[in-house]
Amino acid sequence: MQKSLLIDPDKCTSCLQCEMACSFEHEGVFNPARSRIKIFEFEHGKRAVPYTCTQCAEAWCLHACPVEALVRNPATGAVEVKDEICVGCKVCTIACPFGTVNYNPDTGKVIKCDLCGGDPQCAEACPTDAITYVDSAWTGYERMQAWAVKTDSKAASA
Amino acid sequence: MEYVIVGAGPAGVIASETLAAIEPGADITLISGEPEPPYSRMAIPYLLAEEIKEEGTHLRHTAGHYDQRGIKVVHERIAKVDPATKTLTYESGGSRSYGKLLLATGAAPVRPPIPGMDLAKVKSCWTLADARQIIEGTKPGDRVVLMGAGFIGCIILEALFARKVKLTIIEMADRMVARMMDKTGGDMIGDWCRAQGVDVMTATKVTAIKENVDGSLSLSLEGKDPIEADLVVCATGVRSNIAFLEGSGIETKQGVLIDNFMQTSVPDVYAAGDVAQGLDFSTGEHDVHAIQPTASEHGRTAARNMAGHKTAYRGSLVMNTLNTLGLISTSYGLWDGTEGGDEVVSVDKENSRYLRLSFKGDVLVGALALGLTQHVGVLRGLIQTKVPLGKWKQVLKDDPHQIMSAYLACVQDATRRRAA
Amino acid sequence: MSWQRQVLRVNLTKGTSKVEPLNMEWANAYIGERGLGTKYLSENMDPKADPLGPDNVLIFATGPLTGTMASTSGRYAVLCKGPLTNAIACSNSGGKFGAEMKFAGYDLIILEGKSPKPVYLHIVDDEVQILPADELWGKGVWFTEDWIKSHHSNPNLKVASIGEAGENMVRYACVVNDLHRAAGRSGVGAVMGSKNLKAIACHGTKGVKVDDPKRFMKVVKETHKKLAESGGRKELTKVGTNAMIDVMQEWGGLPTRNFKEVQFEGTSKINPEAVVTPNEHGHVNLITNKACFGCTIACGRIAHIDKEHFTVVNRKEYWHASGGLEYETAYALGPVVGVDDVDALTFANFMMNEHGMDPISFGVTLAAAMEMYEMGVLTKEHTDGMELKFGNAEALAVMAEKTGKGEGFGKELGMGSKRLTEKYGHPELFMGVKGQEFAGYDSRALQGMGLGYATSNRGACHLKHDVFGEDMEDISGNNKAKPVKDSQDRVAMIDSTGLCLFTTAGWGVEDFVAQLDAACEGSWTEERCLESGERTWTLERMFNMRAGLTGADDNLPKRLLEDPAPSGNAKGKVAELGKMLPEYYSVRGWTKEGMPTNETLNRLVL
Repeated sequence: MQKSLLIDPDKCTSCLQCEMACSFEHEGVFNPARSRIKIFEFEHGKRAVPYTCTQCAEAWCLHACPVEALVRNPATGAVEVKDEICVGCKVCTIACPFGTVNYNPDTGKVIKCDLCGGDPQCAEACPTDAITYVDSAWTGYERMQAWAVKTDSKAASA
Repeated sequence: MEYVIVGAGPAGVIASETLAAIEPGADITLISGEPEPPYSRMAIPYLLAEEIKEEGTHLRHTAGHYDQRGIKVVHERIAKVDPATKTLTYESGGSRSYGKLLLATGAAPVRPPIPGMDLAKVKSCWTLADARQIIEGTKPGDRVVLMGAGFIGCIILEALFARKVKLTIIEMADRMVARMMDKTGGDMIGDWCRAQGVDVMTATKVTAIKENVDGSLSLSLEGKDPIEADLVVCATGVRSNIAFLEGSGIETKQGVLIDNFMQTSVPDVYAAGDVAQGLDFSTGEHDVHAIQPTASEHGRTAARNMAGHKTAYRGSLVMNTLNTLGLISTSYGLWDGTEGGDEVVSVDKENSRYLRLSFKGDVLVGALALGLTQHVGVLRGLIQTKVPLGKWKQVLKDDPHQIMSAYLACVQDATRRRAA
Repeated sequence: MSWQRQVLRVNLTKGTSKVEPLNMEWANAYIGERGLGTKYLSENMDPKADPLGPDNVLIFATGPLTGTMASTSGRYAVLCKGPLTNAIACSNSGGKFGAEMKFAGYDLIILEGKSPKPVYLHIVDDEVQILPADELWGKGVWFTEDWIKSHHSNPNLKVASIGEAGENMVRYACVVNDLHRAAGRSGVGAVMGSKNLKAIACHGTKGVKVDDPKRFMKVVKETHKKLAESGGRKELTKVGTNAMIDVMQEWGGLPTRNFKEVQFEGTSKINPEAVVTPNEHGHVNLITNKACFGCTIACGRIAHIDKEHFTVVNRKEYWHASGGLEYETAYALGPVVGVDDVDALTFANFMMNEHGMDPISFGVTLAAAMEMYEMGVLTKEHTDGMELKFGNAEALAVMAEKTGKGEGFGKELGMGSKRLTEKYGHPELFMGVKGQEFAGYDSRALQGMGLGYATSNRGACHLKHDVFGEDMEDISGNNKAKPVKDSQDRVAMIDSTGLCLFTTAGWGVEDFVAQLDAACEGSWTEERCLESGERTWTLERMFNMRAGLTGADDNLPKRLLEDPAPSGNAKGKVAELGKMLPEYYSVRGWTKEGMPTNETLNRLVL
């Protein structure tokens, strides 16, 4: 069974443990500026929303990549960045309508959520279960996909 | 079905792969006009900057990628298309038939009609072969003039700068990247380049280039003193490769005109990518975008239609992102505003940051940004989904940098409504 | 590692800044944040300097664990000589600013001199700009944060700023970061204002590295779990610090109407239950809880005011959410001024955050003014026509705003209780120590707390020691000196790590030490850490002695020493400071006059 990140913004306290866990996993340093998951806070702290890639079926980033640096991992379903191939053209960053692929000026490459190879550290670190890693069937994954379809520039089959 | 795809850029390759996926075992031929394996022009600047090797420009990296999918890759250039007999004639003399044809022949650089453009030291930078010549022909300290500060010019600029040449940019328009930046943004990019030691001359026209006795070049400028150079790289724009279609009956304007199902005026002939003049999401008009995401979407949609899965195309959204010596710029859709719309602008010249959002009613229709690298894609999400911003429009009018909050709030509310 | 090993020094007089290496010898002796900040302050200024003059030095200090995955790693401290106390001031805050400053690469920011014109600092990693703040001067904290982020097109900036109160040098003005977290006490915001420094805006992309990442992550996993499982932590998450209001009410230690009483009849209207109960319009005050950076507790409250409430009716700009009531705000805007209108308290708290003031000092100062009003010392002539009686919710709301904006009688309230009561001839009505007002615990009902208040280096403060257990076990002043001393040292250590004191709900010293030891190079033992805490405490004391304070300043108001508590568990009791203080000096290794002996100083390498 494929698993997905399930995000419940109502439970998020905006502590950023997920951002630190993510950056530590990927960069070996606590650095929210380089986290693949991001907490957005608005309305004077009333709302906080953890936000990251839904590994959408459409995979806009993957299709927009001119050099096949974005590849789907069949084991996890995550679209992963192959650092050795990415040239840093940033086309994926503008192609992803969710804004979840970001350019890292330090390395000249893009970064995105790769589900930590199937053991997402953000979910592990979240103290309130605002982020959990569960079977895709439970996650409203279809709802997320529905959203992805809505953002598709092509209509469904006519 | 016998599928033939002419052109092995992203549109052609993605179309052939999509066909192979939809119809395993189909007869698919991908005809490349260049000798190399299918590669990406997007990657050429990084090759020039020596950040990658030639293999790094290849569209696909797995050995046997095309064979495994039953895609035959052929290296030929097309001289003629005859839809009546469903025949292609090669420049090399041979010919072949097709069942369904995809034109994905891309575009090629245009050179201004001025004396001296044919000199050996005046180069384009479009193909891998061009790139090799520039790499071999320049060394640090050389005086290089880049003609044209459009999108392609700016990509090359980055690479030339990395080769540590002495750079001068000459641009006819009143600003840099005029097709993706307004005056404010284009000027900020110009100032940014100047601050890094690049000479930027906008509103400047080259009238002639001649070779001096010592082998260097001299460029005459309209109303300005001439300048000297060791090499000129010309990036004054591209044009769809449609010359070979003359007399075929396939209707063309700037590019090959296609309908909402990616078909040309002639049955069983489709077009995709830089050669195609397709539907624009924002304007509803037909236009040549010449950008990677459009090529990719065209390729996939054309393939679906060729395979008989009728798929209407909603049009592609113009989008560009550019790294000009470290300053990242982005543009989407109707970035220069639209009739009856309104907009909000935030400029911080000192820190080279700029954001301009264009609205029609409470829907985002276009955006420009300088210095934005995080979560840029949501601009596309908002424009393409046409999410009503409601009260968030005013928030954005007050501070356009609240874009992510607006996006999340609107998307979340939309998702919640759906869930309920 | 774990320190960034860099200090940013800004000379506001000259408008220059430079980066210098962190003094690692000091870091090893004082850890960071409060301790290291104290050392840098002592070495960089004359303690006799005028606190509101250019010779005062203002330091923003993070700790080695700030910006790491240790829980509550968002803390930073602001240090200077305090304008309320003329003693050392050290106020710490959470939110996200401290971690961001560390991510930009700085352990400390040292601000010297005085800018000729209002300015703010804009820091993005190595880039440091001193920019004009003309458009911000005269504006509140909320406006300032929004303006700076928008002006620099950078929503990632974290901002620490002062409101009008800091500009006007209200003696208890604070530095507010992230809209509603504050380095609240002792007037550090007034010092920032005196330097014409409106704000520090910071964004960092450098990250923080720890010395032994593998061990650190293992330790952190354990400490997270321990904290998660603690009952105290659960209570803090669920109801926040205001859980204390019911405890203190029942105990009889809730200072009421300027400490005339120790229990308040209106508690049920402002306690944790009240803020989640719909009012007559169906409005619920509390919206949610909220964490500071890295915090797995999330004790912060986010609240909003009933749109029909008199404080905000027709004032749409205050209809949004903002910081809600915590125990000290509930106490200082409630019982001590006799007000039980939860939305009036919330509005006053919004004023504190927006204009940048310490609610404790404000509330206790207002309480003294109310007492003087009821005595007839102050009249409507003084109070802009306001009936300044205990319990008047309108007076609370109006005076909070006036003090924030520096209008009318608000200007007088901005002096703080000590100066205000002296001005009107009733210094005995000042409820505090060394010029700083008391927090919400009565010294007659909590004896160790009283000793802690009296000896706290920054003036009356409830957060510099931790003897609740001892105080509630034994209501007398017996055996309090040692626990007060030990906990003062312990807290000084915790305040130096970059972590929050509230983690003690689940952690012991060993947990702080384990995290420090994995994060920082060298060997960190409990002994070394606690000694560092004692060193910090003693250095603070020496700063005060050099500033001109003496043992006579370790005192409590006559009301607490002579007027017995009128009700509750401590009914009939007074604060037993006279008995506890000599014992305290003795366990500290100080002279009878309260001066650290040479032997003690040598032992601590001071």
